[in-house]
Amino acid sequence: MIDVINLKKTFNDGFEVIKGIDLTIEKGDIMCIIGPSGSGKSTFLRCLNCMEDATDGQIIYHDVDIADPSVDINVHRQHMGMVFQHFNLFNNKTVIQNIMMAPVHIQTKAAKKKGSQDKRSREQIKKDAYDNAMRLLGRIGLEDKANAYPSTLSGGQKQRIAIVRALAMNPEVMLFDEPTSALDPEMVGEVLDVMKELAKEGMTMVVVTHEMGFAKEVANKVIFMDSGKILEMNSPKEFFENPQNPRLKEFLSKVL
Amino acid sequence: MGSFSLKWDKFVSVLIDSGGYKKVLEGLGNTLLIAVVGLVIGIIIGTLIAAVRVLPVPIKWKKGEFNKDRKRSVKYCLDKFFKGFCSFYVGLFRGTPVVVQLLVFYYVLLPLMGIKITGVGVSIMVFGLNSGAYISEIMRGGILSVDRGQMEAGRALGLSYGTTMIKVVIPQAVKNILPTLGNEFIALIKETSVVSFVGASDLYVAFNYIGSNNYEFMVPYIVMAVIYIVLVIIISIGVKMLERRLRKSDRRN
Ligand SMILES: Nc1ncnc2c1ncn2[C@@H]1O[C@H](COP(=O)(O)OP(=O)(O)OP(=O)(O)O)[C@@H](O)[C@H]1O
Ligand SMILES: [Mg+2]
Repeated sequence: MIDVINLKKTFNDGFEVIKGIDLTIEKGDIMCIIGPSGSGKSTFLRCLNCMEDATDGQIIYHDVDIADPSVDINVHRQHMGMVFQHFNLFNNKTVIQNIMMAPVHIQTKAAKKKGSQDKRSREQIKKDAYDNAMRLLGRIGLEDKANAYPSTLSGGQKQRIAIVRALAMNPEVMLFDEPTSALDPEMVGEVLDVMKELAKEGMTMVVVTHEMGFAKEVANKVIFMDSGKILEMNSPKEFFENPQNPRLKEFLSKVL
Repeated sequence: MGSFSLKWDKFVSVLIDSGGYKKVLEGLGNTLLIAVVGLVIGIIIGTLIAAVRVLPVPIKWKKGEFNKDRKRSVKYCLDKFFKGFCSFYVGLFRGTPVVVQLLVFYYVLLPLMGIKITGVGVSIMVFGLNSGAYISEIMRGGILSVDRGQMEAGRALGLSYGTTMIKVVIPQAVKNILPTLGNEFIALIKETSVVSFVGASDLYVAFNYIGSNNYEFMVPYIVMAVIYIVLVIIISIGVKMLERRLRKSDRRN
């Protein structure tokens, strides 16, 4: 589904963070990326939906090189959900507005275009988005928080809502950047449970995480990144039980 | 004390019997009109300038690529031009006294352009342009104070920079700078007391008129000062109430 070819990223200060990554993400893959701090995991994930512009290489998504700055990246991002470490819910919007905003805005704009298939009125789009948002909130058991503002929620609730906000766009792939790292320990489980359910439904997921348990249990591929390169990629069983790369061995011995 | 009550009586007689109150009401109306409309214009201009100034700098293209990708290079030049124009504008209006701006517009620029406009009209325009320069700085600070993650979340959902800016970032920025905007409004109310330079009749003109009527300025000017203070107090209370309403998205329940 996504083909990453020789991806490189150098920041303005001349520091090369990603030093040539090749990777193919298949439909239904659940990839976990682990590695030491500063190894470029977040940067790589953010390059996948062009939150960071790659300085070299290609990201082929639906036969389009989305790393090329002349493509309309917004269109592609609508199919790639992203979940952040710090949730980033819109503070000025209620929970339901957070979830409805992007679908309503984008579908209304699309419906207005001449020759559009979507003949719904704005009211109908809003109503559909509302129903969908409530259904998603029901899934995570937070319907009663629909009209609450983010500042009134716990971290775990915020992150679960951030996940369904991304889901409201019906993405094909979900990118997670350490979704549980900013949470109190007792809230990690509820967020991981939502992610596990997503994985069961066959969502394609790329997850940067420090949760080795999640990687072992849910992933079908685990990737070890260090200093801007992929040093090892394997099934979770092989990866954790029979690591090859010496740096990975050292890393695992420290974290496990 | 006796002489003061005499002065007070004189003032009241001019105010009521000789129709001075009409002048005062007109002056109060003009003062408020200039300040309120000036503030609205200022907020619009200030937000536009701030939005331009915080635009991310487009990628600098290497020499060869610059020509290859014309659309991008045009964007880059436009960005440079607008940013340059905005800092020129802000520098100009913050670097000169507002009285000078009033005089230049009224006696130089507008006549040169052949535009006839009343003193109140010029004052509204100049105070709008002037406060636009100040508010742009306030607004820029407000936009930068909003967590970067808010913009990122909007972009990650596929919304454009502009949409995210308008729907998510600017509302939060405005909330953050509301107290400062309130101060700007208060400053505007006070600064408008110079519009008589271009023949607009504001509060000062009204009370000056009453005073000149019998060469007795003490009471009129005291009353004028009190009116300004009351205006400022009312605005401060209004801003506090507005703030409290906007804060509701911060409150825990
Ligand atoms: N905008 C930026 N400008 C310059 N350097 C940056 C920028 N963002 C990240 N870096 C640097 O790039 C390197 C990799 O950062 P990145 O966030 O990708 O690491 P990471 O693997 O996600 O680490 P962590 O586990 O701590 O999140 C770090 O050394 C960081 O300082
Ligand atoms: Mg990171």
